[in-house]
Amino acid sequence: MKLKHYLLFLLMAISAQPVWAEWSGSVTYEYRHFPNEPLNPVQHNDNSSIALQPEYHHQWDNGRQLFSFIPYIREDEHDDARSQTDIRELSWLKAGDIWELRLGIRKVFWGVTESQHLVDVINQSDLAANTDGEDKLGQPMLNLALIGDYGTLDLFVLPYFRERTFPGEKGRLRGEYYVDTEQDAIYQSEDKEKHIDYAARWAKSVGVWDIGLSHFYGTSRAPRFDIGFNNKGQPVLVPVYDLIHQTGLDVQATIDSWLLKLEYIHRSSDLESYNASTTGLEYTWYGIFTSPTDLGLVLEYLHDDRDDKATTPFENDVLLGLRFAFNDTQSTDALLGIITDADKDTTIYSIEASRRLGDAWKLSLEARYYEKVDATDQLIYSIRDDDYIQMELAYYF
Amino acid sequence: MKKILTAISIGLLASSISFAQTAEEKGLAIAIEADKRDTGWKDSTTEMFMTLRNAQGQESKRQMRTKTFEVKADGDKSLTIFDQPRDVKGTAFLSFTHSKRPDDQWLYLPALKRVKRISSANKSGPFMGSEFAYEDISSQEVDKYTYKYLRDEKVDGKDSFVIERKPTYEHSGYTKLISWVDKNMYQAVKVEFYDRKNTLIKTLTVSGHRQYLGKFWRAHQMDMTNHQTKKSTTLEWKNYKFKTGLRSRDFDKNALKRLR
Repeated sequence: MKLKHYLLFLLMAISAQPVWAEWSGSVTYEYRHFPNEPLNPVQHNDNSSIALQPEYHHQWDNGRQLFSFIPYIREDEHDDARSQTDIRELSWLKAGDIWELRLGIRKVFWGVTESQHLVDVINQSDLAANTDGEDKLGQPMLNLALIGDYGTLDLFVLPYFRERTFPGEKGRLRGEYYVDTEQDAIYQSEDKEKHIDYAARWAKSVGVWDIGLSHFYGTSRAPRFDIGFNNKGQPVLVPVYDLIHQTGLDVQATIDSWLLKLEYIHRSSDLESYNASTTGLEYTWYGIFTSPTDLGLVLEYLHDDRDDKATTPFENDVLLGLRFAFNDTQSTDALLGIITDADKDTTIYSIEASRRLGDAWKLSLEARYYEKVDATDQLIYSIRDDDYIQMELAYYF
Repeated sequence: MKKILTAISIGLLASSISFAQTAEEKGLAIAIEADKRDTGWKDSTTEMFMTLRNAQGQESKRQMRTKTFEVKADGDKSLTIFDQPRDVKGTAFLSFTHSKRPDDQWLYLPALKRVKRISSANKSGPFMGSEFAYEDISSQEVDKYTYKYLRDEKVDGKDSFVIERKPTYEHSGYTKLISWVDKNMYQAVKVEFYDRKNTLIKTLTVSGHRQYLGKFWRAHQMDMTNHQTKKSTTLEWKNYKFKTGLRSRDFDKNALKRLR
């Protein structure tokens, strides 16, 4: 209720000026089918979910001030952990000549690669929504950007931590023990989720190069897990969030039809210290066979020097991707991807495709298939029977 | 001997500045004059409306807003924000055109809040699924073509220069473009596009020219017809504004992320 009053006040205060303001957004119906039987009988083979994401943007001061509000509501058929309400964005921004101040709940993306986003550390992943980690929760922040010939220096104060979401007890794409986010997570910091995190990033474009250098200190967005018990006395995973330092570098060279990419991080906590990287390239043939279709080739190598102790499944893996953009009126596109382990047999196949229907609808398909999953690739091993196909129908307003 | 050489060189010099210029020189001179007349507008904003039609006459709409910033001695900077179709609403495109090296381009994807540097080698691909290629709608810099004056001709009763242009940049989908340039406005009123096989593939007609700030002409409608696919696209401009006070800072990656 308090939030509502605050919003109303804010809207009234800023609507007094000549402005550009607009509501828009989307409603998305999602259906997932899992052809294999689940590990646990409480899980299901078919699942529907509906998500509403309205957007309000209010721009004034010749585009130099912006207010944004993006709430997000999802209702899932079976999995309570996937049913959630979030504020993806509730922010105010003011741009000066050599600075920008951004205040509120926001989303920030850092990085250049496609297979994984190592450097991108500000926002928490909404893994309940999609295990690919591209969905993010809104992050409260104070962000001052200093802008000049030296590039952009972004300074962040992050006063509140958001716990990662995971599929729940009745959801698929979880291991034998599900992650219980109902009970309190374990934090290294005594301040728990109120620990104040800090981050800084310098970025600059020089000729064909786009370079970013960043540092983060605070609560790790990626937890490790302890075994605990839920309120029914069943064993579950309880997330443990350590304090970390992470230094990141992201570089892209854009040369003719080639994109050369690197993301590198060094992360350290009281328990471990490691390096991880994604190195890759992308080449696009524009107008293959004198058609309007573009074909992009994506090749990335994923490395983590913790090897089998890595908390990600990508310690020594290769991604090969083919991206088709048909450049038709309905913007049809498709992305085929294979991630394979360089020294084990574990392979993930992935297909993503989408097409606009009419002017306001969009149909998307997604499929994932896990093959010959090695037991040492724990994260994928735990979801080895969770191959799925997903259809999404979205309406945009 | 020395005197004869001097006489010859004076003669050569004289011929190059006389009216007996070659067709290439005359073509280039017209392009330079057109560029000169369109210098000094500083910045502009406008709304663009696109109607795509397939061979059966089915229509599809696009809508976007563009801000442009004039850069002296190099290509212009521009920022395009997409409003329709609604699934790409908020997507924005930042382009720094350069006269002598490939353009720099970035795309902002609002769902991911991601700014992607993209390759500018995509010249011949369709813009938003339309009959306009990226190279048709990007900033037309003098250095991007070689020129040849062909003849004078009337188009819709207007006296025009007919000029042949050949792209000097890589990855063009065209071998040549034939432009009809209105002698009064120094603005193209019609363009024919010849593909890599040197076949006439598209014809553009440009109309609704209006003069701004007492000097700068802007077309308000372009109709592109593809003779091979029988598809066509109409591009209309509304609400042109000039010297709106935009600065270079309004055309950087930070601005790309904040525009709505």
